[in-house]
Amino acid sequence: MRLLKLVPDDTNIDFMKWRNLALILSIIVTVAAIALVAVRGLNLGIDFVGGQSVRVTFTQAPNLDELRGRVNSLGLGEASLQEFGAPNVIAIRMPLPEGGEAAAAQAATQVRQNVTQLHPDARFDAVETVSGKVSEEFFRSGAWAIALAMLGIAAYIWIRFEWQFGVGALVTLFHDVCMTLGFLSLTRIEFNLNVIAAILTIVGYSLNDTVVIYDRIRENLRKYRKMEIVPLLNLSLNETLSRTMVTSLSILLALGMLLLFGPDVIFGLTIAIFVGIFVGTYSSIYISSPVLVWLRVTSDSFMPKDPVSRAARGPRNESFDGAQV
Amino acid sequence: MLSFPRWKVWSITLTCLFVMLLAVPSLMPESARATLPGWMQAVRINLGLDLAGGSHLLMEAQTGDLGRQRLESMEDIMRRELRTGGVRAEELSTQGGQLSFRVADEGQRTEARNIVNRLAQPASFGGTTEWSVAAEGDRIIMRPTQAGLDAAVDQAMEVARDVIDRRINALGTREPTIVRQGANRIVVQVPGVEDPEALKRLIGRTARLEFRMVTEEVTPEQLQAGRAPIGSQILPTAEGGRIAVQRRAMISGDQIADATQGFDQQDGTPNVIITFDSTGGRRFARVTQENVGKPFAIILDGTVISYPVIREPILGGQATVSGGGFTVETANQLAISLRSGRLPVELQVVEERTVGADLGADSIRLGAIASIVATLAVIAFMIVTYGRFGVYTTVGLIVNALMILGIMAFFNTTLTLPGIAGFVLTIGAAVDANVLINERIREEQRKGKKLHDALESGYREASTAIFDANITNVIAAVLMYYFGSGPIRGFALVLGIGIITSVFTAVNLTRMLVALWVRRARPKELHI
Repeated sequence: MRLLKLVPDDTNIDFMKWRNLALILSIIVTVAAIALVAVRGLNLGIDFVGGQSVRVTFTQAPNLDELRGRVNSLGLGEASLQEFGAPNVIAIRMPLPEGGEAAAAQAATQVRQNVTQLHPDARFDAVETVSGKVSEEFFRSGAWAIALAMLGIAAYIWIRFEWQFGVGALVTLFHDVCMTLGFLSLTRIEFNLNVIAAILTIVGYSLNDTVVIYDRIRENLRKYRKMEIVPLLNLSLNETLSRTMVTSLSILLALGMLLLFGPDVIFGLTIAIFVGIFVGTYSSIYISSPVLVWLRVTSDSFMPKDPVSRAARGPRNESFDGAQV
Repeated sequence: MLSFPRWKVWSITLTCLFVMLLAVPSLMPESARATLPGWMQAVRINLGLDLAGGSHLLMEAQTGDLGRQRLESMEDIMRRELRTGGVRAEELSTQGGQLSFRVADEGQRTEARNIVNRLAQPASFGGTTEWSVAAEGDRIIMRPTQAGLDAAVDQAMEVARDVIDRRINALGTREPTIVRQGANRIVVQVPGVEDPEALKRLIGRTARLEFRMVTEEVTPEQLQAGRAPIGSQILPTAEGGRIAVQRRAMISGDQIADATQGFDQQDGTPNVIITFDSTGGRRFARVTQENVGKPFAIILDGTVISYPVIREPILGGQATVSGGGFTVETANQLAISLRSGRLPVELQVVEERTVGADLGADSIRLGAIASIVATLAVIAFMIVTYGRFGVYTTVGLIVNALMILGIMAFFNTTLTLPGIAGFVLTIGAAVDANVLINERIREEQRKGKKLHDALESGYREASTAIFDANITNVIAAVLMYYFGSGPIRGFALVLGIGIITSVFTAVNLTRMLVALWVRRARPKELHI
């Protein structure tokens, strides 16, 4: 049987040739993403702004205008109605009503009663209410989680490698998070707690990819002391390219199946990770690596005079592999 | 690298088998699982409410009320104690969150101070100081300390938790979860709820029941202006009117022994029949004897639900609460609430998530389909790419998936919908360690290394990258678990467990399979 080789053996792409072009492109797109989020904003779900969300399955596609009119007439604020996966499944979202938390608790009840009056056989799949206080807490802890994840991972890489690699990882992460937020702003996918999980996953995955390449760069820096940094990066990228492709593809395959066959409720989570995998793969080639050129990484960075990295590398290898031959 | 002594082969195989076996009860259909012995049934994955259907309520106590209540009860005690001590106090007030009064007679100040100090003492030796006492000129001031308030909140929350527990259990719901969260919150999770609104009404009701005499000498103008005569207060009635009642309760809900739902003997409307405990019964008898012909008010959570006239003394220790537009259901709810005791604090729902059981079932079905298809797709891709090594990877992948479920079952963790996404993602990512190794072997072979050397250095060189790369994911998962709430935690948990098992299966299990194959078949070349 002939085995599939996504990347031929003698592949030698001069990735670094386009690094300046890629940099300009990345900066433009990142700035555009930030601008998009700043101007257009994110479609913040009730997890972060508070309010009610009621998901109803009707026996057939309902008259949206009639439904909207009915819900709006309750005086609870402007309701937004959205199809949720199928034309007969509608998500009704309302802002936090005025009059504090007691009023908020009432609002969902009123909506439920009114929808039932209009469509007696409607099925209520989910009712969610988040008060302003709780949503603020979610927002804070979500922001903290993302910030700490970025810093924690960058710090880990700084310790395990060199400071230039830590900076490279941080810049990469910043790029990835901006791009994901831009994508979410562009597509108006609801930004909720699940999306925070998606962003953290992207952060983890993108770094995973970056670390594999960094690991190879470090190895080659030790091996080829005389080699210029640019050809060395190219060599490392080409050597790891096959792995990058196979891993990314298997994750995309798995997530693709989830997008196709999985429940609609986690579509936002899945699509965000799906897009993030592309972004992460691109950034570990065109952001993490060129940063090392600009920060002047040389093979001296890993000369034996540096006892930390040597000590870290030597003994751990043995213990990690278990039995020695 | 490729030498696997017999004990090692056994320990890896047994570990994998054991952990995989733990997953079996969770994968069995409900009916088959019921036939297993109890301890095996206990090893299983719980389904989150988003999969099983049910209600998640986060309730927050309005602790401001609690401080006021404490202050008011201290005021009552203080009045009594000062009176018994013969101290003439003036301007007793609870303004500004503190209790203060003036002692005009200088000779009584020491005595007053002694009484206050005694009341401010901790309930038990070495207990928290709940009040601080200060004197400013001729005024004595008593302030609640933060520690005292915290302790009161803590105690109230414990009681509230028990009360909610009793109320939900009275409904006969299966496996509710009622836990405290932080200082002043309670999480209530009830699977399979049909009517979340009824649940909210039931557990949110303070159920403070009081019987007080109606103040009759009050003019309509006073009622209108909301100015109650001294010793009275004006309360709303269930019909929307207003009525003046005595401040002092003649009897309170704490003196209730039992409450059941019944029907009115005259018109058949639902009502609640209350049985007082012995002190309550005696007191109710005495008060009704003394006040025949006068109306008394039945007050529930600050609203007067009825104010019948006492026609004759009620000596049987039973009273009937009717009016207030009871239905069988609301009367029954009130009976449950009264039986289970009143909530010491008012609780408000600050977060609610209710998922219908049908949607949950749909999600499980679709999630399972997606997981299986995703696994098959990845397996096919691995075999096409790596041939024999792809088969080993596949074995590792399947063992990995079952091990994740096994570990989750062992710790009785909860699988949520995002958890399923985490599971699918893990299936994709689990191959990464294998891919790193396989690619490395390919590379080493290309460099002209012989079979053994290529395998050896493939595993050795790949291990640093595997280690470093997975640590980053662990950091992300840990932070997600720590900061996340509900669904995110489920996702982080699956991801975290999956990272550990996937590294384990890649560096131990698949390596062992390769080593055993090399030892048995003695291949001359590697086809990878």
